[in-house]
Amino acid sequence: MLKLKVNNKDIEIEEGLTVLQACEKAGVEIPRFCYHEKLSIAGNCRMCLVEIEKSPKPVASCAMPATEGMNIKTNTSFVEKSRKGVMEFLLANHPLDCPVCDQGGECDLQDQSLFYGVDKSRYKENKRAVAEKNMGPLIKTQMTRCIHCTRCIRFATEIAGVPELGAIGRGENMEITTYLEKSMESELSANVVDLCPVGALTSKPYVFEARPWELKKTESIDVMDAIGSNIRVDTYGWEVKRILPRINEDINEEWISDKTRYACDGLLNQRLDTPLIKYNNKFDKASWNEVNNIIKAKIKETSSDKICGLTGDLTNMETLFIFKEFFNKCLNSKNLESRNDDVYLNPEKRENYLFNSHINGIEESDFIFLIGSNPRYEATILNARIRKAYLKNKTKIVSSNNVGDLTYHYDFLKGKTGDIKEIVEDKHPLSNIIKLSKKPLIILGQSVLSSNSGRYIFESIKYFLKKNGKINNEWNSLNIISENASTVGSFDLGIFQNNNVSNQVLSNLKNQKYELVFLLGRDNLKFKKKNEFIIYQGSHGDKGAEIADIILPGSAYTEQNGYFTNLEGKLQKAYKASYPPGEAREDWKIINDLAEVVNNKKLFNNREELESSLINYLNLMYEKNNSTKETDVKDLVFENENIIINNIDYYYSNSIARASKTMFKCRNEKTKLESTGTEG
Amino acid sequence: MTIKKICKEQPEHFELTEKNIEKAKKIITNYPEGKQQSAVMALLYLAQSQNENWIPLAAMKYIGKFLNIPYIKVYEVATFYSMYNLSPVGKNFIQVCTTTPCMIRGAYKIVDACKEKISNNENELLEGKNCSWVEVECLGACVNGPMMQINNDYFEDLDKEKTLKILDQILKGNSPKPGSYRGRTNSEPEKNRKTLLDTKNA
Repeated sequence: MLKLKVNNKDIEIEEGLTVLQACEKAGVEIPRFCYHEKLSIAGNCRMCLVEIEKSPKPVASCAMPATEGMNIKTNTSFVEKSRKGVMEFLLANHPLDCPVCDQGGECDLQDQSLFYGVDKSRYKENKRAVAEKNMGPLIKTQMTRCIHCTRCIRFATEIAGVPELGAIGRGENMEITTYLEKSMESELSANVVDLCPVGALTSKPYVFEARPWELKKTESIDVMDAIGSNIRVDTYGWEVKRILPRINEDINEEWISDKTRYACDGLLNQRLDTPLIKYNNKFDKASWNEVNNIIKAKIKETSSDKICGLTGDLTNMETLFIFKEFFNKCLNSKNLESRNDDVYLNPEKRENYLFNSHINGIEESDFIFLIGSNPRYEATILNARIRKAYLKNKTKIVSSNNVGDLTYHYDFLKGKTGDIKEIVEDKHPLSNIIKLSKKPLIILGQSVLSSNSGRYIFESIKYFLKKNGKINNEWNSLNIISENASTVGSFDLGIFQNNNVSNQVLSNLKNQKYELVFLLGRDNLKFKKKNEFIIYQGSHGDKGAEIADIILPGSAYTEQNGYFTNLEGKLQKAYKASYPPGEAREDWKIINDLAEVVNNKKLFNNREELESSLINYLNLMYEKNNSTKETDVKDLVFENENIIINNIDYYYSNSIARASKTMFKCRNEKTKLESTGTEG
Repeated sequence: MTIKKICKEQPEHFELTEKNIEKAKKIITNYPEGKQQSAVMALLYLAQSQNENWIPLAAMKYIGKFLNIPYIKVYEVATFYSMYNLSPVGKNFIQVCTTTPCMIRGAYKIVDACKEKISNNENELLEGKNCSWVEVECLGACVNGPMMQINNDYFEDLDKEKTLKILDQILKGNSPKPGSYRGRTNSEPEKNRKTLLDTKNA
C-alpha cells in the first residue's frame, strides 16, 4: 500500500495505480479525454494535468504512476491555468457547431469546456478542416471535430481486434481514418461512437434523431444473442431511438455488439399490429374476440396429441411459463419445443446447457478449446473476452475447426469428430494439455451438438473432464454457447421433449403428425407447411407469420417486462421502455386471455401472480438440480464425420434484425467486402 | 509541409526484387525477436528506392504482409514521415534546401532555375521529363549552401547558371558530378586549407 496526499487529504492506495486513479480514489474528479479505463494509456490529450509537489511542470496524471509520499494538488490556480491552456489548444481547431452536432448534450468536450475552459477564444487564424471519412454504415464521421484522443484507434486494435483504424499524417495534418476508408470489419465497431469524447464519430442511423435530454431512458436486457448484455433503451414517445450499453463487469463490460445496438430500428418496421386471419391466402383484419373464438373451436376439434407448440428465440420467460401452463392445463398437451434443430440436450442437470465457467472466468482460464463453435458470430461479447484473455494472459487457444478470423491467434485441428474421440481417449497431445492446465475452458457450440455424434461428443467430453477433475465445485470447465436469448430460459422451464429422438416434436412435425401448430415467436423454423393449421404469435411479420393461418400480434422485448436467462444461467429482467403498436398486446396477456376463452378461467389473475409462480418454479428447479445420474459413454454412437459449423447470417439472425434497415446495410457491406476480395 | 497526397493512379502489383528481399531480411535481423515490425521504416525506404523514389499502396500492403503487421500501421508510418513520397516524383527527384543559411546564399535562385527547367510548381511531374523538384528544410550541408539533392547526391555551392547546367544534364539523362561546384573539396575553405596544415589526413 502506498500513502500519499491528494489535495492535502491522506489516502492509501494499492501499488500500480496511476495518479489519476489515485485522485479518483480520493474522490477528486480529473477531467480527461484520451484516458479510458478499458484501454491502454495514451497520454496525448493533456487534459488531466495536475500539480505534484516538487515537480516544476504540470504532470499528465493518467500516465504518471503514483508513488509513495506524493503530494498531488488538483485545485490550485496552477492546475486551473494549465487546464485552461490545454482547453484553449483543443478548441483552437474545434468547430463551434454544437447546435448541429449529434453529440451535443452528451459531449465531454462541451461539458469540460464549460467547467474548465475559458469563455473566449483568442484564436483568430483559420481553423483547419478535415474531409469526412467513410467508416461504414454505422459510424458517421465529422473529422473536423476530432481532437485526436486516439480512443477509437486503441479500441479497434485492442478490444475489437481489427487493427483497421489509424492516425495518418502528423501535427496539424493528423487525421484518423480506416485503411483506405473501408468500413470497419468488426461486430463491435459502433462502440467507438460511445468512446468518442466529441462529435467526430457519431451514430449514422441515429443522425439528427433526438437530443439526449428528450429521451426516456430505460435500463434493460438485450435479446439479440444469449449473452444478455445490459443495455439502456432510449425512447422518444413510442419509438426506440437508440440502444446504449450499460456497464456490467460480469457480462458485457462496457461494450455491446452492433446487432444489439442497431437492430432497434427493426422494432418500427414489419410490425404486426392487429390480429389477422387468413382467408384464401389473404390476411384479413380481425378482432381479438374473433381470433380467440376460432382458436377455441380449432382446439376443441383437435385431439390434444395432435397439437404442438414451438417457442421462439426472443421470448421472455414469463411468456414461456404461461405458454407451458396453457399447454399443460388447458390443452392437456406436452408437445412443447424450443429448439430449432436436433441439438443434443441432456437436461438432467443445469450445468449441461450452461456456460459454466462464466464470462468472467474466461480471463482466469489458462487453456481454451473451442469445439464446433465460431464465438465471433455466436456470442460476440464473449469472443471479446476471449481476446482479452489472450492479450492479458497469452492464453493458448485451440479450435476444432478453422473458422477464419476470430480476432486472436488460435491453432486448429482438422475439423473431424475423430479428433475429439482421440482427445477423450487420451490419444491426442491435447489430452495432456487439458489435463495439465489448471482452469481449462472447453467450449461447445450448437453446431457440434446438432451433429450426428453430438451426443457422443458432449457426454464423452463431460466424462473426460469429470474423470480428470476439471469439473468440481471451484471450476467447471464444461461450457456451452447458446445462440439465442431464450434458449437457456426455455430449458430451465422444461420446454423440450427428449424421447427416442433428440427432438421429438420437430421430427413429428416434419412427419405431419400435428394438425394444430402454435408458434410462439418461432421464426427460424425450417419446415414446409402442408395441412397444419398454424397460429403465430409474435411481434414481426417474418417467416413464422408468413405460414400462419392466424396471427396474434405480440410485443417485442422493449415493449414488455420480462425475464431472460443468459448463457451463464444468470436471470435478468428486461424492462418495458415502449408499448406495443396498434392492437398488439403483451405476450403473457394474449395467452392468459386465450386460456380464459378456451377454459373459461384465467391462468393468472395478474402479472405479479405470474411472476411469483415463475420465480417459485425456477427456485424449485435450481434446488432439484443435483441429479447424479451418469450417462454411460461406452454405448453411445460415434460417427467419424466433419464438424460443420453452421454459417450464421450474423446481421439477419432473428426477426427484429431482419426487419432492420441498418442490419440490411451492414449485411450488404459485409457481402460486398467478401466478394471483392479487397480485404486480403 | 504540405499534406501528402496519395496518388490516385496506383500500380496493381508490387514486389521487392530478389536482391532487395535479401537486404530486407538482413535488416530484419537487426531487430530483436518479436520486434521485427520495427523494420518497417527501412523496408519502406527500400521499396521507395526500388520504385523510382515513391511508394505505391501495393508496396505498403506488401510490406505489411512481409512483416506481418496491419496495413494501417505501415500506412501511418508512410504518411508520417516527409521523406517517403506517396506519389510519383520522377526518376530524378530534386530537393532544394531553402532553410536560412542556404536561403541567405541565394537558394531561391536555384528554385527559379528549377521552375524554369522542370515545372512551375513543386511536386509536379511533367510528361516526358521524369523529374520533379521540391523545397525542403535543412539538408545539413549549410557550409556549402546553396545546395540541392538529386536522388542520393548533393550538389553544392550552386548559383543559377550552374544549376541550369546541371539540370540540363539531368534532363538529357546524363549524371553530372556531385559535390561542390566551386572547386572545393568537401566543405574545406576555398582555394586552400587554413588550419591543420601539418596533418595529412585531416
